[in-house]
Amino acid sequence: MSLFFAYLSVIAALAAALAAVVVDRRLELELLVQALLRRWSNTSARLFSEARDNVLRRNGPFFLLGLSGICAVLAGAGTLASGSVLVDTLPLGLPWLNWHLRIDPLAGFFLGLLGLPLIAISLYGPGYVREFEHGKHPVSALGLFTGLFVAGMELVLLADDAFLFMIAWELMSVASYFLVAYQHDHAPNRRAAFLYLLMAEIGAIAIILAFGVLAGFGGGLTFEVFRGAALNPTWASIAFVLALVGFGMKAGLVPLHVWLPEAHPVAPSHISALMSGVMLKIAVYGFIRFTFDLLDQTLWQWGVLVLLIGSASALLGILYALQQQNLKRLLAYSSVENIGIVFIALGLALIFHSTGQPQLGALGLVAALLHSLNHALFKSLLFLGAGAILHQTHEQSLENMGGLIHRMPKLAAVFLVGTLSIAALPPLNGFVSEWLIFQTALQAGGLESGVLRSLIPTASAVLALTSALAATCFVKVYGVAFLGLPRSYHVAHAREVGHRGMLRGPILLAACCVLLGMLPTPLINAMGVLTRQLTGLALPNISALGWLWLTPVAPEVASYAPALVLVGTVAVGWLCYYLLYRRTGLEPRRAEPWDCGFGGLTPRMQYTSGAFSMPIRRIFQAAFEIRETIEEQRQGPAQVRVTALRYQFQVLDRAWLALYEPSGRAVTWLARRVGRLQTGSIRTYLGYSFFTLIVLLWVIS
Amino acid sequence: MAWLLAILQTLLFVGAAPLLAGWIKWIKCRLQNRKAPSLLQPYRELRKLYRKQPIMPYPASWIFRATPYIVFASTVLAAAFVPLVAVNLPTARIADVIVLVGFFALGRTFQVLAGMDIGTAFGGMGSSREMTISSLAEPAMLMAVFTLAMSAHTTNLSQAMNYVLDTGLVLRPSFVFAMGGLMLVAVAETGRIPVDNPATHLELTMIHEAMILEYSGRWLALIEWASQIKLMLYGVLIANIFFPWGIAQDFSLEALGFGAVVIGLKLSLLAMMLALSEALFAKMRIFRVQEYLSFAYLLSVLGMLSHIILEAARVHH
Amino acid sequence: MSITELTLYQQAILLLAGLIALTSFLMLGQSRLVRLVLVFALQGVLLAATTSMVAYVLEFPHLYISAGLTLLLKGILIPIMLYRLIYRMGLHREMDTLENPARVMMGGASLVVFSYYVSLPVVAHSPLVTLNAIAVSLAVVLLGMLLMITRRQAVAHVVGFMSIENGLFFAAVVSTYGMPMVVELGVAADVLVATVVFGVFFFQIRASIDSLNVDRLSKLSEVEK
Repeated sequence: MSLFFAYLSVIAALAAALAAVVVDRRLELELLVQALLRRWSNTSARLFSEARDNVLRRNGPFFLLGLSGICAVLAGAGTLASGSVLVDTLPLGLPWLNWHLRIDPLAGFFLGLLGLPLIAISLYGPGYVREFEHGKHPVSALGLFTGLFVAGMELVLLADDAFLFMIAWELMSVASYFLVAYQHDHAPNRRAAFLYLLMAEIGAIAIILAFGVLAGFGGGLTFEVFRGAALNPTWASIAFVLALVGFGMKAGLVPLHVWLPEAHPVAPSHISALMSGVMLKIAVYGFIRFTFDLLDQTLWQWGVLVLLIGSASALLGILYALQQQNLKRLLAYSSVENIGIVFIALGLALIFHSTGQPQLGALGLVAALLHSLNHALFKSLLFLGAGAILHQTHEQSLENMGGLIHRMPKLAAVFLVGTLSIAALPPLNGFVSEWLIFQTALQAGGLESGVLRSLIPTASAVLALTSALAATCFVKVYGVAFLGLPRSYHVAHAREVGHRGMLRGPILLAACCVLLGMLPTPLINAMGVLTRQLTGLALPNISALGWLWLTPVAPEVASYAPALVLVGTVAVGWLCYYLLYRRTGLEPRRAEPWDCGFGGLTPRMQYTSGAFSMPIRRIFQAAFEIRETIEEQRQGPAQVRVTALRYQFQVLDRAWLALYEPSGRAVTWLARRVGRLQTGSIRTYLGYSFFTLIVLLWVIS
Repeated sequence: MAWLLAILQTLLFVGAAPLLAGWIKWIKCRLQNRKAPSLLQPYRELRKLYRKQPIMPYPASWIFRATPYIVFASTVLAAAFVPLVAVNLPTARIADVIVLVGFFALGRTFQVLAGMDIGTAFGGMGSSREMTISSLAEPAMLMAVFTLAMSAHTTNLSQAMNYVLDTGLVLRPSFVFAMGGLMLVAVAETGRIPVDNPATHLELTMIHEAMILEYSGRWLALIEWASQIKLMLYGVLIANIFFPWGIAQDFSLEALGFGAVVIGLKLSLLAMMLALSEALFAKMRIFRVQEYLSFAYLLSVLGMLSHIILEAARVHH
Repeated sequence: MSITELTLYQQAILLLAGLIALTSFLMLGQSRLVRLVLVFALQGVLLAATTSMVAYVLEFPHLYISAGLTLLLKGILIPIMLYRLIYRMGLHREMDTLENPARVMMGGASLVVFSYYVSLPVVAHSPLVTLNAIAVSLAVVLLGMLLMITRRQAVAHVVGFMSIENGLFFAAVVSTYGMPMVVELGVAADVLVATVVFGVFFFQIRASIDSLNVDRLSKLSEVEK
């Protein structure tokens, strides 16, 4: 049954791609159909009426995408509920290797993770793409590649052999490349898309090599064979590092993250939501599948490596996010942070798993998966919200926003839920997964190695710093964009989103955030089959106190009842409100805010986004490459009186300067060396052929 | 019965918080050779504010109105989780110490948002500084908490206190360091000297007060009350985790009464220390605070390390 | 053996060991020379307290003499000498700030982990109760070296050197319950003489280069700059 839904969702996604093209070419199709009908029956029917035309063109592909999303969620829920593993072979692919498909709880979980944002996007999309209809780029191309992109991601999840996996992986990468390059008339967009494609392909090569190691030992290309491959620790480590590089490149781990802040802001917002919310998680899926399922062993050293890289990604990601002024770029850097958090949890899971504590390993895995899901929900929500602001005001820069809560109250309320979730505040969902990670880390006391025992708390202190900085970052986003006074004309005259779907999509995601934050236990219980499949153990005590309580290790170690917490907060808040407001009946009076007696506060006097994050910029100076310019305008005798100051700053990514520019230069240098072969003289080329022939003949003999 | 007791304990917490603030003020005045106001002065101020009509600045939105209620509710709930006079109460199970840190963050987030809601430079300044300081304080606090949790094998506050009570007096270097770290963090998080000065309204130096500058009337009363509860919360945490002796382990009337008296003594002692340090030290520059907090973090790290190096069981191979 | 199984006095020894490590960190972060010397004196006092505690717990009376010697020399005499030196050279207002204090502190914390890791094999094969503290003594030695590396002032170098000696002495106390009396007296005399000699050297250095900043002493390279 779940396999059926999974197929249905892939087919629906492909159909969405097809529909986008068909609807765009409807005039030709109309002629074709009418010609066919006339030949057979002489009746003439109109496929498309003019009135329904626009609605169909806009909604058709998104309806199918929504269907795909629903089917994916159903397939995921079915697999997690039944815990079954279904295998199938399709007569496609190579002659000696048919496509192997498989749906198990792990794939099912990620199908559900893909489905929820997809449903929201299918609600949101029709309103959002309306803007592109009058642009110079065809909407059909957007629809086509969106459908292919989604189908590619779903096939990655279903693949059960390396061949299909790589085909689906490439489909996902290439389709998303076209989506990033959608608005290709700006040179930076083309550059971002190229960088993305380049890094995606380097990552894919690493993944192929990793599979190659397993195939070499196992003697086949199906995952079933891989699972049986007996590797020695050295080769297993080589395969692991290759997989970490390959999947880490796609997931955006530091220092392989540089494509992410370039590519995500450039794509249309609903695509950014899919890329950031879902595609990065597909990479996480690949990593989990490879490490926990396909490799027959895990070493604790791998866990330490993953933990360190995850901590670095989390901290640097959020530090850079704090310094961004472009909202979508900020969200992209925050994805680096969240992926880092997921990898911290995975590192903990690996360490515990390989030191003979499978229960804690399972707990770390659950925390990682839950945080992946949570991030998919709130990051999609925030990207959709950023898209709605962009749609209504054509503004991406935080420095020009402000006061949107008065102009777009509904969006502001929904965005607030996303902000609180991503800032990991109780009682929302982001907090639950981080709490689980802390609980996992706290069990480090049981480890034998003292160095590991001191490393893990340090990593969790980094996590604490990260989550505090994330709160700072998103408070800044919300405060600067939605609160205070508007900083530009467009923003001051913005209107609430007109299209209903553009609000319903984010509302759906916000509802999921609240629900998962309040009642995470049923989902975590359902994930028992998943952890049993991967680590051989389900969490025994997770709901030892009942379904309201979350008790990851044991009731006496730690417990948390998010629903009761929420009820308590609301009750106390309402009681105060009742006693203080209803009973006294004193209405607040409106007045001017305190202006030091000078009069006339202007929006320019507010703290800007750059000013808000200035203390952090100064404290963590070493992490950034900051370029500041201060221009002074002077007047008066001897130019002593400063009349105007102009301050500009730019924060550059250290990884880019330290790693990518040198390697770029090295490649150019190498290419120039190789280029000397190309003399331009035909006799030299003949000489090359001649020598090649001689060498080949010598080799053969 | 246990739930009723838990609610009563929370009410006691909320009710006693202004008294503690008054006590600190009283000692500080005496230390500075001033005539002290009555201990009940904070109550009078709250009553006065409660009766006044609040003022809402023009650019403010519903966030500004809702914030005092959210801040107060989250602080009261946090107070409900922390054992004051008795351990083993059912509320301690709802949330552990990490959730407690999360609840502080929730209240703070809304206060910061309200600071930015009014669209003035002061609000933004206070908000930016508050978030910076709390981002640096949070890792130090969690590290201290982790040290504790690794010894006691729990993050549940009630269980941790039980553990310390059961093992009796043990001179743990890790606890000494963690307590030092936690005290420094507590001073920073509650906005006391040397990090912030709760008594100042000097524009360029204020942090907490800059954020809530526009609040008045009952809203201000709620926010002030919440910060008094928060101060008391940190005091109770330090007193009851590191020196839990005297807290009631069963619910008999004598035990509860004794617990109430003992916690009162412990808190008044801590308050004296705070007042003394406030009288001795001056407020720091804002960019010195990072050094202060990294020292707090260092103490917590040393606590963790000494737990691992000095205290843990040695494995004989 | 976990700490809950030890007697109160043994716990106190461990607590003092932790505090000695703390003083090493405090020295690392101190930018004023006067305070640096003060913390150094504190370390000496703590060391003396530890030694006398060990003497009491294990009933080694000769350790009392070491403790008294330590208190006298490292807690009182040497700090006073250094203190007077600083005032006579007019260095008491000078700041010797670290460029990146947070990084140095984190480096110090990793050194503690490292010395724990290194001392593991020693600790695992010994029944001595106090031996857990050997990692701390090694850390004190390493932190003293770190202090010397990160500072420019020659006086700070001397304090770093003395704190290395403190670390070694501490190691001797916790691992073998003190060195033979003759060795100890000899070392004590050496340290005292060293302080005097350093003092003479300071005046020489200052007379020739007009500063005590060791960055000015960079002619120790054969490469012409």
